[in-house]
Amino acid sequence: MKLLKLVPDNTNIKFLKLRVPFFVLSIVLIVGSWAAVLVNGLNFGVDFAGGQEVRMTFEEREQAPIPGLRELVGGLGYGEPVVQEFGAPNQVSIRVPLPEGVEDTPGAATAIGAKVIATIAKQYPDARTDGNDTVSGKVAGEFRNQAILALLAAMAAVSIYIWVRFEWQFGVGAMFALVHDVSVTLGLFALTQWEFSLQIVAAILAIIGYSLNDTIVVYDRIRENLKKYRKMPLAELLDLSVNETLARTVMTSLTLFVALIPLLIFGPPSLFGMVAAITAGLFIGTYSSIYMAGPLLIWMGVTSDSFVPTETALDRQEKIARGEA
Amino acid sequence: MLEFPLWKKLWLWGVTLAFAVLSLPSLFNVSGLDWPAALPNPQVNLGLDLAGGSHLLLEAKADDVRVQRLTNMEETVRQLMRNAKPRIRIGDVSTANGQLSFMLNDAGDIDRARGLIEPVMQGATVTREWDLAVVDGQRIVLTQTDAGVDQAIDDAMVSATEVVRRRIDELGTREPTIIRQGDTRIVVQVPGLEDPDALRDLLGQTAQLEFKLVDLNALPENVQAGIAPAGSEIYPYAPGTPQSGGFEAVRRLGGIRGDSLTGAQASVDPQTGQNIVNITFDAQGGTKFAKLTTENVGKPFAIILDGQVLSAPNINEPILGGQARISGSFTAESANNLAISLRSGALPVPLAVVEERTVGPDLGADSIRKGLLAMGIGSLAVIALMVASYGRFGVYATAALVLNVLMLLGIMALGGFTLTLPGIAGFVITIGAAVDANVLINERIREERARGRKVIAAVETGYKEASRAIWDANLTNVISGLALFAFGSGPVKGFAVVLIIGIITSVFTGVTLTRMFVAGWLRRNRPADITI
Repeated sequence: MKLLKLVPDNTNIKFLKLRVPFFVLSIVLIVGSWAAVLVNGLNFGVDFAGGQEVRMTFEEREQAPIPGLRELVGGLGYGEPVVQEFGAPNQVSIRVPLPEGVEDTPGAATAIGAKVIATIAKQYPDARTDGNDTVSGKVAGEFRNQAILALLAAMAAVSIYIWVRFEWQFGVGAMFALVHDVSVTLGLFALTQWEFSLQIVAAILAIIGYSLNDTIVVYDRIRENLKKYRKMPLAELLDLSVNETLARTVMTSLTLFVALIPLLIFGPPSLFGMVAAITAGLFIGTYSSIYMAGPLLIWMGVTSDSFVPTETALDRQEKIARGEA
Repeated sequence: MLEFPLWKKLWLWGVTLAFAVLSLPSLFNVSGLDWPAALPNPQVNLGLDLAGGSHLLLEAKADDVRVQRLTNMEETVRQLMRNAKPRIRIGDVSTANGQLSFMLNDAGDIDRARGLIEPVMQGATVTREWDLAVVDGQRIVLTQTDAGVDQAIDDAMVSATEVVRRRIDELGTREPTIIRQGDTRIVVQVPGLEDPDALRDLLGQTAQLEFKLVDLNALPENVQAGIAPAGSEIYPYAPGTPQSGGFEAVRRLGGIRGDSLTGAQASVDPQTGQNIVNITFDAQGGTKFAKLTTENVGKPFAIILDGQVLSAPNINEPILGGQARISGSFTAESANNLAISLRSGALPVPLAVVEERTVGPDLGADSIRKGLLAMGIGSLAVIALMVASYGRFGVYATAALVLNVLMLLGIMALGGFTLTLPGIAGFVITIGAAVDANVLINERIREERARGRKVIAAVETGYKEASRAIWDANLTNVISGLALFAFGSGPVKGFAVVLIIGIITSVFTGVTLTRMFVAGWLRRNRPADITI
């Protein structure tokens, strides 16, 4: 039986030759992403913005009456509602901002939600309420802080782990790759204005884990090759390591990709944002493992000696004592 | 590495099958088949986003507790001074900035007053709950200590949690979760709830019931303007009552608090057809109520719930039997809610809903169906890819993958973990990423073969060299999973749980189990060459 080989044996792509342009591209992507976040802002869902979100399915329609809903809910006087398709064309999410100061009035927000639902149900009898979320401004603020904290803590913890298991240059390289992945994902959400919620933060943390998988597999091979080929120039050694692990990189990305695609197409609509973020992160993470994590090692001066135990003064004395030196 | 003694094989199979079998009840349940009742039945809990239901986060405001403690202290002090023999006269009482201060009419009473107050400043615990200071020799200032306030908040939350539990139990819902969270919060999760509004109404009601005499001397125009005569205070009428929008002046003192109730039932007044709530006092409350009504026949008294007047009927005759009824323009539902609230006791502190998430039951079932479909298709695609790429080794990886999913489900059922909607995404990622270990190993074996190693040596090196990267990669994944678990709430936590358990089981099945499969085959067949 002939087996499928996605990457031919003895592939030798000169990835590192293009390290400067790609590194510049990465920096541009990071800066551009942050610019997009600052200019466009993220479309925070109720988790982070606070407010009232109602999700509905219009059971007897192909297409949800979005403009009609906007007008209807806008007419209730709570401010401009955000009405978006949510998954299927006949499903919508309606976000209503909470009036100033209402966070402190128990029940006021939920009353707004009930009013929105009742108003829509009256006008559109086929509307089925799928869900109804209320998050007060204070709780939303806490969610934001916790999310930022979790991202920073995860990034710091894994970078320290890599620093301990490898060398400091590797820790810094991994950290940079992570900053890249997180930034670009945020940029993507700023550009598309997809709803940014707690689930998306979960997705980003999953991406951090996944992208690191890639980085670590390449790093592990670099470490191995550094011990094996002591005289090889570093750029060449990095290329060799990336090429040697390329078959694995492609195969793993592909298996995860084919598992995610059905979830994007057939999966529950409320998971779409999360799965889209993970799918995007799959590509972003693979790219950063090769073009961010690798070249940084060159510029930070990793050498073959990094993994040879250094001889301390004490070792030296002992050697002299044993008459070996 | 190819040595697998019998005991080790039995142990590995034992662990794998034990966990995999645990997944069966959950699988049966999802597929709509009946699991035989005689067998043990551990099941994966479905999160609210899959089962449908309501999640509420309730919060008490520390300020409310502060204010309430001050009010209680004021009442206590007034009573102590009044009951002192001879009576100690006080005036200029104020409760502001967390302090209770009052003036003694006679400076000579100061030591007696101190002696009376000091014992009540100390609570049941060793914490000092109040500071007492004497200003200008005639004014006593009581300041709440932070420790005292903290203690009071804690006490209030403990009993509030209990009251919430009793109220929800009255709704007759299945398996509600009620957990105190942090200092001032309570999480309430009620799966499969049909009517979240009822739940919210029920919990939003403090149910602090009071009976106070209407101040007949108050001038109506002053009352409407919010100006209370001395010794009285103004309460608004509750929305929905005929007098809604109006106000009532009631005497501050001499009323009865409804916290000595033993029962409350909603019913209908046979004469008027109105919805009413019948309440029963305990002996002490009944005596007080009898005294109040006997002394005030013919006068109106206000029935006040949570600071709003429900109604102010005339006392037609003394009410002696310890039973009373509350009228106030109820609907059948609101009468029932009030009865439940009164039965389960008043909340010691008002609770505000700061987060609410409700998912309709239809959506949950729909999500499960779609999630399973996606998982099925995804698994088939991954399996096809693995078998096409690695042949026999791909088949082993596939077997490990299936066992991995079953084990993951089994462990979740056993540990009582909750499967949420993002958790389904976690399953899919686990399926996609779990084969990573096998990909690493198989690619390495391929490489070693290409370098000319013999079959067994190549397989051995493949497993050994790949293990290091697998270990590092998965440990970092667990670290980010833990970060996710630590900060996540509800559904996101469910994702983290699947991710973390999935990483552990996938390393077990992907590395250890496949090695046993491969070793068994190599030992039986001793192939000179392998297709990989």
